[in-house]
Amino acid sequence: MAEPKRNDDSMDATPNVTEVETADAATVAESVAAIEAPAQRGEPILQVRNLVKHFPLTQGILFKKQVGAVKAVDGVSFDLYQGETLGIVGESGCGKSTVAKLLMTLEQATAGEVFFKGQDITRLSGRALKAVRRNIQMVFQDPYTSLNPRMTVGDIIGEPFDIHPEVAPKGDRRRKVQELLDVVGLNPEYINRYPHQFSGGQRQRIGIARGLALNPEIIICDEPVSALDVSVQAQVINLMEKLQDEFNLSYIFIAHDLSIVRHISDRVGVMYLGKIAEIGTDTQIYDHPTHPYTQALLSAVPVPDPDAREGRDRIILSGDVPSPANPPSGCRFRTRCWKAQDKCATEVPLLAIPERFKGTDGHTAHESACHFAEERDVVHAA
Amino acid sequence: MTIIDHTTADVPSPHGSPEDSGPLLEVRDLHVEFHTRDGVARAVNGVNYSVSSGETLAVLGESGSGKSVTAQAIMGILDMPPGRIPQGEILYRGRDMLTMSNEERRLIRGQKIAMIFQDALSSLNPVLSVGYQLGEMFRVHQGLSKKEAKAKAIELMDRVRIPAAKDRVNDYPHQFSGGMRQRIMIAMALALEPDLIIADEPTTALDVTVQAQVMDLLAELQREYNMGLILITHDLGVVADVADKIAVMYAGRIVETAPVHELYKRPAHPYTRGLLDSIPRLDQKGQELYAIKGLPPNLTRIPAGCAFNPRCPSAQDICRTDIPALLSVTERDGTELPGRGSACHFWKETIHG
Repeated sequence: MAEPKRNDDSMDATPNVTEVETADAATVAESVAAIEAPAQRGEPILQVRNLVKHFPLTQGILFKKQVGAVKAVDGVSFDLYQGETLGIVGESGCGKSTVAKLLMTLEQATAGEVFFKGQDITRLSGRALKAVRRNIQMVFQDPYTSLNPRMTVGDIIGEPFDIHPEVAPKGDRRRKVQELLDVVGLNPEYINRYPHQFSGGQRQRIGIARGLALNPEIIICDEPVSALDVSVQAQVINLMEKLQDEFNLSYIFIAHDLSIVRHISDRVGVMYLGKIAEIGTDTQIYDHPTHPYTQALLSAVPVPDPDAREGRDRIILSGDVPSPANPPSGCRFRTRCWKAQDKCATEVPLLAIPERFKGTDGHTAHESACHFAEERDVVHAA
Repeated sequence: MTIIDHTTADVPSPHGSPEDSGPLLEVRDLHVEFHTRDGVARAVNGVNYSVSSGETLAVLGESGSGKSVTAQAIMGILDMPPGRIPQGEILYRGRDMLTMSNEERRLIRGQKIAMIFQDALSSLNPVLSVGYQLGEMFRVHQGLSKKEAKAKAIELMDRVRIPAAKDRVNDYPHQFSGGMRQRIMIAMALALEPDLIIADEPTTALDVTVQAQVMDLLAELQREYNMGLILITHDLGVVADVADKIAVMYAGRIVETAPVHELYKRPAHPYTRGLLDSIPRLDQKGQELYAIKGLPPNLTRIPAGCAFNPRCPSAQDICRTDIPALLSVTERDGTELPGRGSACHFWKETIHG
């Protein structure tokens, strides 16, 4: 992707999502109003508001009694615009994949809304839901298990047409599938082969072709390249960028590899224990992070430059991510944070532009859920 | 231009103590093949490398490049059959392990050379407590009693900084997080204070924050015991952080060797250059990524000549017929570059061009 889709300068002057109070469900209506995007960015195609997913923990065999809940996603809000890529990063167990499933309505949200073009899809069912799902497709992580080994490539890519026959009339399907194979860089003659006859990278292309079949507007990619070899990763990433330009797709790109996310994303959200810790453009997040968790995460990424190994600003976090069934009070990161104070244990920091950076034009003025937000460039420090 | 035969030129190790003469482990012209229904898969085709005390050798390669198979051959844990070692030597302190009896090898394995596996959950026995599994090393190799072994296990868990080791020694693997399980794997490898540790993708399954903790721990323990370390990985970032020297593998061969700083600055093999160009950077937003075209070769049908030739942007006719030897790399004026080698007919163009 040669150019970010939007002008960076206009971004800074008019920061998006101004005041989303993630913790407070009562103010949804206001926050949606506040989020109305400036004209030059257009309407967001997807608006996520205070999305919550709790998985119940039960006890007992016959009479199941709920004893608690795994708070996998606990108040997540963001916008996705036409043609942009929103990266979501975080450690395993932070709820990134659950967010993906909620957006696909593969899981029923406990609370919160997902507006696709103004329509709340969490409350839809039946025909209306089916129509919306056509526009939101998914590419899965593991190309070895997400393709049915008993189906030919033609059947796999053509299966969406069985569900949505209005997209391709019956006689036309084979030709459509071959077109799709060609689009993702596979030989159209492979239509009758089975998944095991392809390598990992080729299988991921099949997965992408299946995602593209219904001409969706949004593709949710859950770790699409993490199972691939380094030299093949670049091929798939380049393909995804090419397709985005060609079909004006919006991507939600979920990954744990921060370098790849920076490469492909226009905006990046950092998740920790079911909440978004910090969100902004790639420059804001990577070059001007203000949340301590983002700083720690970035500093832990090994940089492929041996000269940088001594001078780097490494923040080594102690311990593991706490259990989402029993998250810490106040700020969820406080148990591993070196800046934590009494305030952090009692007050949940809201995801908003920190008071001290408000009104400034710089890259630091982006949303960060920290009481003591402070800029620290950990990537370039040498 | 000299052929680097057998010994992959030794880079002076930064931590090596002076009284150590010669490398700890030397792999010479190792070949490993697997006899399968589809034919013979040549997984390793003449690998040479060496590690000294206190030194970290990173073996870099994609899946199927033979990096793990080489390590398994060193440990003597290859499945044979279908595996076979038709030729080669693995010298531990000058003695060829391939000609030793099983009993002799068993004395080296664990006590002198230990291995850390990638997936801690499947490498640990789920029905035995971690304390029992750690203690097994002491009971089997040193004949300690159960009680003594457990005390040693607690000590080890403390050393790899598992909090509340005393209370957790009777816990089972599933009760630990991924990072903690990997620490237990490290503890197990360290138990008998070996001279050499082989770490096969030790942090691939871990998150970056935990990866940083584990790599730090490993580096610290390595310094403390002055161990040699063979780090097998595909992550160019991890390699840049910890390695002293690097061997890049492709289709069962070493295609380039170099000290770590040199490799990243001036790769001398098109494959290495392609790999370095194809990774996105954290500190800058790049343009379109360079992608090495094509796929790694099928090991039952390795292309003639240089195995990389079908994917190489600068392949010539000679690359399709002649297998390039691992040649030492020199400056433009002919000055030796210590420790550098490249198996490319056109290394000069690659490094200086």
